[in-house]
Amino acid sequence: MSDNLAIIATDLTKKFGDFVAVDAITFEVKKGEIFGFLGANGAGKTTAIKMLCGLSRPTSGQAIISGFDIYSQSELIKKNIGYMSQHFSLYQDMTIRENIRFYGGIYGLKSKDIKTRGSKLIQELELEDYADRFVGELPLGWKQKLAFSIAIIHNPGIVFLDEPTSGVDPITRRQFWNMIYKAAARGITVFVTTHYLEEAEYCNRVSIMVDGEMRDFDTPRELMKKYNKPTMNDVFLHMAVRSKRKGD
Amino acid sequence: MVRFEHISKSYEGNPAVNDINFRVEKGELFGLIGPDGAGKSTLFRILTTVLLPDVGHAYFKDRDVVDDYRYVRRNVGYMPGKFSLYQDLSVKENLKFFATIFNTTIAENYDLIKDIYEQLEPFESRRAGALSGGMKQKLALSCALIHKPEVLVLDEPTFGVDAVSRREFWDMLKSLKAKGVTILVSTPYMDEAALCDRVALIQDGNILKINTPDGIIDQFGKQLYKVVTQHIYQALQALEKISDEWHAYSFGQEIHIYSSKSLNIADLKGQLVSMGIDDVQIEIGKPLIEDCFMDLMVSEKTEDYV
Amino acid sequence: MKEFIAFIKKEFYHIFRDRRTLLVLFGMPLAQLLLFGYAITTEVTNADLAVYNQSSGQFTNQLVDKLVSSDFFNLTENVHSKDEMMDVFRKSKAKIIVVIPPDFEQKFNRREAQIQLIADGSDPNLASILTNSATGIIMTWMKGHAGNAMQIETINNEVRWHYNPELKSVSMFVPGVITIILMLVSAMLSSISITREKELGTIEILYVSPLKPVTIIIGKLVPFIILSIFNAAFILLMAYIIFSVPVNGSIMLLLLESLLFIITALSLGVLISTVSETQQTALMLSLFGLMLPTILLSGFIFPISSMPLPLQIISNVIPAKWFLIIIKDIMLKGVGIMYVWKETLVLVGMTIGLIGLSIKKYNIRLQ
Repeated sequence: MSDNLAIIATDLTKKFGDFVAVDAITFEVKKGEIFGFLGANGAGKTTAIKMLCGLSRPTSGQAIISGFDIYSQSELIKKNIGYMSQHFSLYQDMTIRENIRFYGGIYGLKSKDIKTRGSKLIQELELEDYADRFVGELPLGWKQKLAFSIAIIHNPGIVFLDEPTSGVDPITRRQFWNMIYKAAARGITVFVTTHYLEEAEYCNRVSIMVDGEMRDFDTPRELMKKYNKPTMNDVFLHMAVRSKRKGD
Repeated sequence: MVRFEHISKSYEGNPAVNDINFRVEKGELFGLIGPDGAGKSTLFRILTTVLLPDVGHAYFKDRDVVDDYRYVRRNVGYMPGKFSLYQDLSVKENLKFFATIFNTTIAENYDLIKDIYEQLEPFESRRAGALSGGMKQKLALSCALIHKPEVLVLDEPTFGVDAVSRREFWDMLKSLKAKGVTILVSTPYMDEAALCDRVALIQDGNILKINTPDGIIDQFGKQLYKVVTQHIYQALQALEKISDEWHAYSFGQEIHIYSSKSLNIADLKGQLVSMGIDDVQIEIGKPLIEDCFMDLMVSEKTEDYV
Repeated sequence: MKEFIAFIKKEFYHIFRDRRTLLVLFGMPLAQLLLFGYAITTEVTNADLAVYNQSSGQFTNQLVDKLVSSDFFNLTENVHSKDEMMDVFRKSKAKIIVVIPPDFEQKFNRREAQIQLIADGSDPNLASILTNSATGIIMTWMKGHAGNAMQIETINNEVRWHYNPELKSVSMFVPGVITIILMLVSAMLSSISITREKELGTIEILYVSPLKPVTIIIGKLVPFIILSIFNAAFILLMAYIIFSVPVNGSIMLLLLESLLFIITALSLGVLISTVSETQQTALMLSLFGLMLPTILLSGFIFPISSMPLPLQIISNVIPAKWFLIIIKDIMLKGVGIMYVWKETLVLVGMTIGLIGLSIKKYNIRLQ
């Protein structure tokens, strides 16, 4: 087993009755890599992420996340990953500082660490003047940046981002991606889904899921070359348009 | 067809939209482009009479939407942002219900929704809650169209929908436009702006620019340089160090620099190479709507953000 | 009209396709009826009785026989000393002890007889019911011996609760259950059903449709009116079948009064929905804002006359209080409208006020 791999998935499958939501996907993600996980609505992305986070038990197949087995060590996995999504974005009725303290606490950080890392985080986001304001009062883009910072406050091996930039303005979206780059440079593996396909081009490698299968998996550059398309958007349309799962 | 005059609205002291003026002509496909919280939904709700403006007036066919709200309600089709149909009613029951409360029948206006509804017909008896995102969207559109409105108002119909369904949806809008329906649509996806006849770019309750997509691009008052490299992140940091007279943003595999002065490409390339980005290529490029939006955002609001 | 019917049809789809709504609608009345009817009944049968008989003779034997042969009591223990008496309670051998003094026979003839009832006061409710029942039996027996009289001394061996509920039986609970169910179903379900449209965003479409706000509200309420009337009838029927509780007055009048109360509750429901943005808020508001006052302050469980004065005054604004008076009078006393018109008028007044308020509060727009 290679030491520089953050995710190793082998024939990972999830069935709901007759319905195969995720069909034997096999892939590897390197440590510190930014990995784009693309797919149409209903292609099985969410189900796959749930399995990788240890929230849902696969029907069959294997996966090792940060060195832990998803069957027997799902509790250890949860401690070693971070997660944020478009929907989950902190407690609106708590202040920034309170949110930091809470999430630092549930990941078992010492209160001294929470304090130092929290102040650093607030400083980096230039939120000093807002630290004691309710999160609900912040603009969406700030909330998402804050949520991301908090999701990696415990220095997880991997962070899962589910459509983190949906609805965010274009400048803030780019600031968000700069944060992703920084996190990756620190060695955190970033696993991200998005509907903004030009964001896919910021990833080191991307996979495209169609109808529960992983249809292709490469660097954006290679994919564009392979399908002879100028952008990832065109690549995606080319592949996903042949989906059979239309009504579901 | 539709006019907004000096519309302002705030919620509990927080301004949502601020002195908005624009008009939409008959038969136009008009896009309101901006991120969440820009004020798009507020404007649409005022137009469709479900919200009262604090200041200003909105008109539909020269009738005030506040005074003449009944007329507006009868003749406007509206698909709200978080609209998700009656999940426990079947496809057919949903459509039939909306037809009846708008005093019509499915048969009467079937020609208008035929192309869209045909794709739903195999699932007619399925509950709306069990449809995919794309299918729900088609059903919602059918429901908004069933009373043959003169104006169709769609609030973020493609939000959170994948690229394939989004493209299909825009195809549907195009064919509706061909049938003479005036359409107002809002979206946070900048690339969809190019599909509209005219667009208003909106941010923090203010309209940054209204024009045709090409017009907006022509009005981009700066020079755009494309920087191509494998090392986007390092290049961005390097560019920031080199000068603060421009703004540089990543754009897929490229970096776009907006500069009010023209740059010496060879010089810049030399500087970047000396900073370790050795594979760099720089050329003059044509801006996209998103470039224009970002440039306008920056020049609008250098002072504050919150 | 067609729109209106379509609207009501849609509402019925919602109701019949949601298992939880159905459960609240039909499971709840039955559950409450059974709960109050069986578990919380205050009517006692076969209570354990002990006798400390220090007398002997014809009257003494007759009296003991009378007590023991009734359905209420079951002789479990004969006590022979005062010490044993306390033991009976401590070991829970009996709930009540009848003490007949040594001179009972003589004094009975001189009309001076005394008898002592000692009940286990650790359950004050039960103690009071048992002493009441025993007193009743003794009094009846006495009537057969005209010219003789006696004093009955009642002692509960622990401190008495100072406002024991009145003696009630299941027939007293049925009106209360109907009141609660009508309040619950009408107010809670209607407010939830309106706020659900807010959550879904469908309310915006309804606003922009040609439907008048009044049509929307009435369309929302009609299904619940129909279901609630059925519910009331269902509870009456169940009460009759399971507990043989009759309706002594006019059923027609009873249903009409119920209709009035249903409309009161529905206007409360609409009012709640105007201030709630989510189904959860609506649920909490109807539970704590309506259900608790209805149960606690209507006189259903605690008699209003034994409440502190401030609560007595507050109870007057609880619609359920008035409805409970009406429905009890019609069901149990069998009276007609002549006897309940005042309460009816109060309810009508409240209803008109509430409807006015909810129409005023109801928005044709978002806020």
